[in-house]
Amino acid sequence: MVLDRSPSLDRVFHALAHPARRAILRRLTEHEQNLSELAAPLKMSFPAASKHVRVLERAKLVRRRVVGRAHVCRIEGEPLAKASDFLESYRKVWDEAFRRLDDVLEEMKTRDESRSRGA
Amino acid sequence: MNKTGAISVTTRGDREIVVTRAFDAPGARAWEAMTTPALIRRWLFLPEGWTMTKCEEDIRVGGSFLWEWAGPDGARAMTLSGVYREVVPGARLSRSEVFDIVGPGRMPEQISTVEFVEQGGKTIVRVTILFPSKEARDGMLASGMEQGMGAGYDRLAAMLAE
Repeated sequence: MVLDRSPSLDRVFHALAHPARRAILRRLTEHEQNLSELAAPLKMSFPAASKHVRVLERAKLVRRRVVGRAHVCRIEGEPLAKASDFLESYRKVWDEAFRRLDDVLEEMKTRDESRSRGA
Repeated sequence: MNKTGAISVTTRGDREIVVTRAFDAPGARAWEAMTTPALIRRWLFLPEGWTMTKCEEDIRVGGSFLWEWAGPDGARAMTLSGVYREVVPGARLSRSEVFDIVGPGRMPEQISTVEFVEQGGKTIVRVTILFPSKEARDGMLASGMEQGMGAGYDRLAAMLAE
């Protein structure tokens, strides 16, 4: 297990740590929306919603473009996919070790059986 | 989960990782394989090209353990060490653990607990790792990660639903 420092992943986890930002992302998985549309159901002011979107932008989870007066937001999948792969890759590390442990246990079984036959 | 070979890795709360796995062996044998240095060396995870240079165990309350690895270039090295807090042979052990990596230095202390539950000749082993903070927990998960995995909206959706 080689430990990496990953500032971009730190930003992803920070961004996901707030329920309002998770709510925004959930809504954006349906389709792109402008800031006012995002703010309304969250009972949030435009500046407050804008601040959350800024955190999501810094984590590269959301991209915002300005169309006339509207700030249109869309979700960016890749950093999230990386974050959700954490458990999977960690699982793989343990899985490989435990498969080797299966073999060790199998050999120990043979050893124990021949011992008990000898006794 | 009781099926031999199936592994479950989950997070619990903000600071824990729980790994559960069933083995086709009685509890005493599983305990021996997981606590005897010569046997640990044979199955423990090892990053590609690394070698385990030390594996020392003094399994009793207050006793310590030391695992040491050397990297392929000879310059990199890493240890995991700590002290046993609870030892119930064949059933349960708990210990403090600190990673110390040449370069980044010492990681914050984590507590690992391993429980062995025997059922009909098989043993369910549950490893619970408690980290000092959410950041430390997530950092450990990130460290097991390989780069370049594909995007997947299905898993993303599951994650956001939490």
